[in-house]
Amino acid sequence: MSEMIVSEPFSFDETSAAAIPAIIGRYPPGKQASAVMPLLDLAQRQMARLTGHAWVPRAAMDVIADRLTMPRIRVYEVATFYTMFHTKPVQKFHLQVCTTTPCWLRGSDAVMDACRHAVAAHGDVFSTEEVECLGACVNAPVLQVNDDYYEDLDGIRTEALLEAFRRGDAPPLGSTVGRQNSAPEGGRTTLFADVTKQDSGAES
Amino acid sequence: MAKVTVDGIEIEVPNGFTVLQAAEAAGKEIPRFCYHERLSIAGNCRMCLVEIEKMPKPVASCGQPVGEGMVIFTDTEKVRQARRNVMEFLLINHPLDCPICDQGGECDLQDEAMGYGRDHSRYLENKRAVTDKNFGPLVKTVMTRCIQCTRCVRFLSEVAGVPELGATSRGETMEITNYVERGLTSELSGNIIDLCPVGALTAKPYAFVARTWELRKTDSIDVFDAVGTNIRIDSRGGEVLRILPRINDAVNEEWLADKSRFALDGLKRKRLDRPWIRVAGKLQPASWDSALAALAARIASAAPSRIGAIAGNLCDAESMMALKDLMTALGSHNLDCRQDGTALDASQREFYLFNTTIEGIDEADAVLFVGVDPRREAPVLNARLRRRWVENLNFVAGMIGRKTDVTYACTHLGDDGAALRAMLDPEHEFTKKLAAAKKPMMIIGQQALARLDGAAVFAACWQIAGAADMLAADWHGFNVLHNAAARVGGLDLGFVPQEGGKDVAAMLNGGVDVLWLLGADELDMTKIPPETFVIYQGHHGDRGAARADLILPGAAYTEKPGTYVNTEGRAQLAQRAIFPPGEAREDWTIIRAASAALGKPLPYNDIEALRRRMIKVSPVFGAPDVVRRIAHADGAKPAGDVAHLTDAPFTPAFETYYQTDPISRASPTMAKCATEIPAPLQRAAE
Amino acid sequence: MLSDKDRIFTNLYGIQDWHLAGARSRGDWDGTAAIMARGRDAIVEEMKASGLRGRGGAGFPTGLKWSFMPKQSDGRPAFLVVNADESEPGTCKDRDIIRHDPHKLVEGCLLASFAMGAHKAFIYIRGEYYNEYIHLQTAIDEAREAGLIGPNACGAEWAFDIVVHRGAGAYICGEESALLESIEGKKGMPRMKPPFPAAMGLYGCPTTVNNVETISCAPTILRRGAAWFSTLGRPKNSGTKVFCISGHVNKPCNVEDELGIPLRDLIEKHAGGVRGGWDNLLAVIPGGSSVPMIPKSVCDTVLMDFDSLREARSGLGTAAVIVMDKSTDLIRAIARLSSFYKHESCGQCTPCREGTGWMMRIMNRMVEGRADYAEIDLLEQVTRQVEGHTICALGDAAAWPIQGLLRHFRPVVEQRIADYKSRTASAIAAE
Repeated sequence: MSEMIVSEPFSFDETSAAAIPAIIGRYPPGKQASAVMPLLDLAQRQMARLTGHAWVPRAAMDVIADRLTMPRIRVYEVATFYTMFHTKPVQKFHLQVCTTTPCWLRGSDAVMDACRHAVAAHGDVFSTEEVECLGACVNAPVLQVNDDYYEDLDGIRTEALLEAFRRGDAPPLGSTVGRQNSAPEGGRTTLFADVTKQDSGAES
Repeated sequence: MAKVTVDGIEIEVPNGFTVLQAAEAAGKEIPRFCYHERLSIAGNCRMCLVEIEKMPKPVASCGQPVGEGMVIFTDTEKVRQARRNVMEFLLINHPLDCPICDQGGECDLQDEAMGYGRDHSRYLENKRAVTDKNFGPLVKTVMTRCIQCTRCVRFLSEVAGVPELGATSRGETMEITNYVERGLTSELSGNIIDLCPVGALTAKPYAFVARTWELRKTDSIDVFDAVGTNIRIDSRGGEVLRILPRINDAVNEEWLADKSRFALDGLKRKRLDRPWIRVAGKLQPASWDSALAALAARIASAAPSRIGAIAGNLCDAESMMALKDLMTALGSHNLDCRQDGTALDASQREFYLFNTTIEGIDEADAVLFVGVDPRREAPVLNARLRRRWVENLNFVAGMIGRKTDVTYACTHLGDDGAALRAMLDPEHEFTKKLAAAKKPMMIIGQQALARLDGAAVFAACWQIAGAADMLAADWHGFNVLHNAAARVGGLDLGFVPQEGGKDVAAMLNGGVDVLWLLGADELDMTKIPPETFVIYQGHHGDRGAARADLILPGAAYTEKPGTYVNTEGRAQLAQRAIFPPGEAREDWTIIRAASAALGKPLPYNDIEALRRRMIKVSPVFGAPDVVRRIAHADGAKPAGDVAHLTDAPFTPAFETYYQTDPISRASPTMAKCATEIPAPLQRAAE
Repeated sequence: MLSDKDRIFTNLYGIQDWHLAGARSRGDWDGTAAIMARGRDAIVEEMKASGLRGRGGAGFPTGLKWSFMPKQSDGRPAFLVVNADESEPGTCKDRDIIRHDPHKLVEGCLLASFAMGAHKAFIYIRGEYYNEYIHLQTAIDEAREAGLIGPNACGAEWAFDIVVHRGAGAYICGEESALLESIEGKKGMPRMKPPFPAAMGLYGCPTTVNNVETISCAPTILRRGAAWFSTLGRPKNSGTKVFCISGHVNKPCNVEDELGIPLRDLIEKHAGGVRGGWDNLLAVIPGGSSVPMIPKSVCDTVLMDFDSLREARSGLGTAAVIVMDKSTDLIRAIARLSSFYKHESCGQCTPCREGTGWMMRIMNRMVEGRADYAEIDLLEQVTRQVEGHTICALGDAAAWPIQGLLRHFRPVVEQRIADYKSRTASAIAAE
């Protein structure tokens, strides 16, 4: 799976650069390598902000390595190990469809189809990839668009959702069927009481 | 100590031991691919699984520390089955290309498959294919064969200190790569070929050249630097095909520098395989008889004080002994083995040796480099310094000389004589660090001494060493790092100007009428006036031969038995692997023949007699392979005067590591390295 | 059924305000300093007495784990690391805690860290949970602003702070040592043990790694007492648990209930029952994708706790219940999990790197039936060759779902092969 890595010059812009000291400062002195994932994320977000495509060019990895005084290969390793770092550009709306078993059981195939069609028709704004469990299984099937989750989908609602993105709308996050987050649809079975302070135990 | 039982054998092992080490101590062999005793423990191949009483699952013995009373089983059915299973996993995606694999015959995977492999594959899926990588001109990759043991990654990060390889991506798509399509820049990169347990990394210049079982193996000593790395020369049919390191923990452990490993194709090119005589400005082929007659005639007509000899960097001690004896017989005092003009004082060994010894580095806690680039002048020795830095958090290093990345933290203190003078001040920051260290070292390079004020540099270094307590009875921290394999041997034999004799500079500039260059090529030949008659004895048509009036074809280090004394003063014997080409002869025999032609026959007819003569000159030659750590002799004081120290900058010994001598300059592989491998990034020192 | 007043996660569905004010109205941060005043030993003892077992999957007793941390520092700092890398298929409980009840986690971090002598906690949250991360970071900032954490946390003279570290898409980082590697800025490759994290964890310092739910339970347990918590649930399986019910149920949901609740009750009372009725049930994966499935016959009676499910040769895992009705292609359901494990294998050690791909490829052929009968045994053997031979538990997790399938539904696999054979035979005959 070796690919020629696309690269172009990179430097952190003012907005990104301003954030770096605080990021490095979270970690103990001398442990600045811990900041490699946050900085890769920062670089990817900067690319999205400036170019509309969220990805990490190799030049950015080099900049990060030098900034954190780590060998460049260690940054390449990290950037290619974690799937959220894109070593190639993705489009403005990157559609990540969870197809792992809990989502598949509830129809992720239709969501995937809808996304593939959207990419086929509008590859200039959409890119898509099949991803592993997104951790929202009781709201399956789930689609992640950039940072946001859209839940309880089916094929038709996915199409409508993507159309809304294309129009420039900002559809509400979360359930697409109006559920209260992870509560059972149609009404919860617990937490009826207007919960206030719990009984304090004898000890307090 | 912990008492453990291995397959019923009770033994006591140190507490830090792993189960694998304990098993080996009990004489049990544990198969392994990722584990290597000189690298960190990865535990990834799972081949070394053993059973341990009270542990439910098989345990990777390489990473499991021993515990008191542990009962270990290395050869139960469960263990064998576990290893068979791991073997099967390793083989499902390993290509069946052993017949065309250069590792064949010396492949760990092949070997273990004999014991733990199935007779057929149960894997019906398509095998994985992995794109090959560009690791430069030395290391060939066939990455489909890789079993992801990560030995190469760990070696380059941990030992070489040039972390350019990694494992990118993950799962079955994990690949060993440098990610960028650029060659490796470590001078020790060839060692990953030896470390690779399969045929994923092989020697590029050696590709498809030979099978291991066809090779004749000869023990020898490397001559491309002054470390004295122990090597094995693999030859077939009069041709050197491969050079590998031999294990010697006191010298090179099991590493070999790239030039030493790969310059061997230079042994077949530009060779002097017959005598030549310059006639009317042009070199003409000649017979030995006419060459020796010409030599005798020219020398006979010269006054003894107008005859001189310079020994070069690759000479065996035997030929230097013979030449010195011949010059003495001729009445000449003009001898020098310091062709670079270093102000080395041969009067006492502690003035020119690496006194701490290479093993002694393992005790040091501070080092000051003066005019030396240890990484390029002695890559294997530098790896040892690096390990010391890795192991000892308090280890400090400082450098005066051209700023360079030595692969560990090293404070750059300046690049000139002024920086050295500043260190004479006890209040200097780094001088204080040296003083605070328990076992500080000073390492002086040849370029620090090859200056006009070399003796003053030496005196200044000696003074700094004394002030930092390096010249103590129980710790000699003063070290000269040589980069020529011949040098210490030459100094031990006294191949230096005798009473009233001329040194290199004097001999070059018209100080002699007849100049005998014994493999001396690193000279500025333009300084030799045209009227000087130059005899060049050596093996390559390099700078010396180009200037010569008479060429006597000698033998390269692979073609003669020889003694070499390394930078720490360790005499080591090299065996002859093959014969010299054409009419070329072993060097001492050429000198012996010349002495006969001159009517002053040397009193030895075989090499044993010559070696007895050497032992008389210096007992060092009577005790090969050992080095005695010498204590500082009270009152020893170098002749130079610190006051003469100038502000001149220290210059590097050579611009490219890959081409430093007649052999490497003739090597196409080294030429490729010189052009393709970028000068290492100058990583900021500290 | 558990009554609302005994529930810990009272804002699980995010009906109320998740900020500090809302959290305080639900009792969070109430008397935290007083709990700390009892001293670290008392807190650890209370946790031990509560019987709380780790909620991340392995079910190791929490109080005992805390007690492994050095009582006296040798100069190295100690760290609490919270595992919020929730990635086990079927599992989405920590997400709700983080986005709707983040202060329970923040307060839990303080109490747990205090009990272990740690002044700093790291929360490793999976990268995809971006909006959840915003809530968590906000809650931490609110707590710091209010002096609940910081140089003098809760006025108890204990300096304490929390760093949130975002992951970036790697299931393996849910393995505690891989998680530590990841925080250190490396690939998430599990470490060999020993040394264990309590001796040498993050940055080589004593470290305890706990799951979000585990840590978030702690404040309530310490406030209401071990006795309260331990009376809930069943012996050795005490307390409440957030269950995630997904798949073929009428109303998938997260819900907190007592450990030991019958699986059937859980599904029918909270998740609206199995689609098409209980009799339409085929099988359930009761504890996240890594545990073997159990067939309906077992589901009829099994109780949802650590020990009951172990007896049924499965496990409670993360208590993520994946329900599959009779319409399910079980082979494909498991093949998809095999593909998951192959994708998430870190690649470090041989059996997992090579075995997960092998298993996935055989499983994919089994979905079609394109295999020989003998390959069912081969597949089973490959799972055994992986299981128990790897550095971390991902190898086991990849093996068990397949073992569960073959244990309970081997005839289905055989039938698929038979169908394929007869189909190809008739196709050849027709030519």
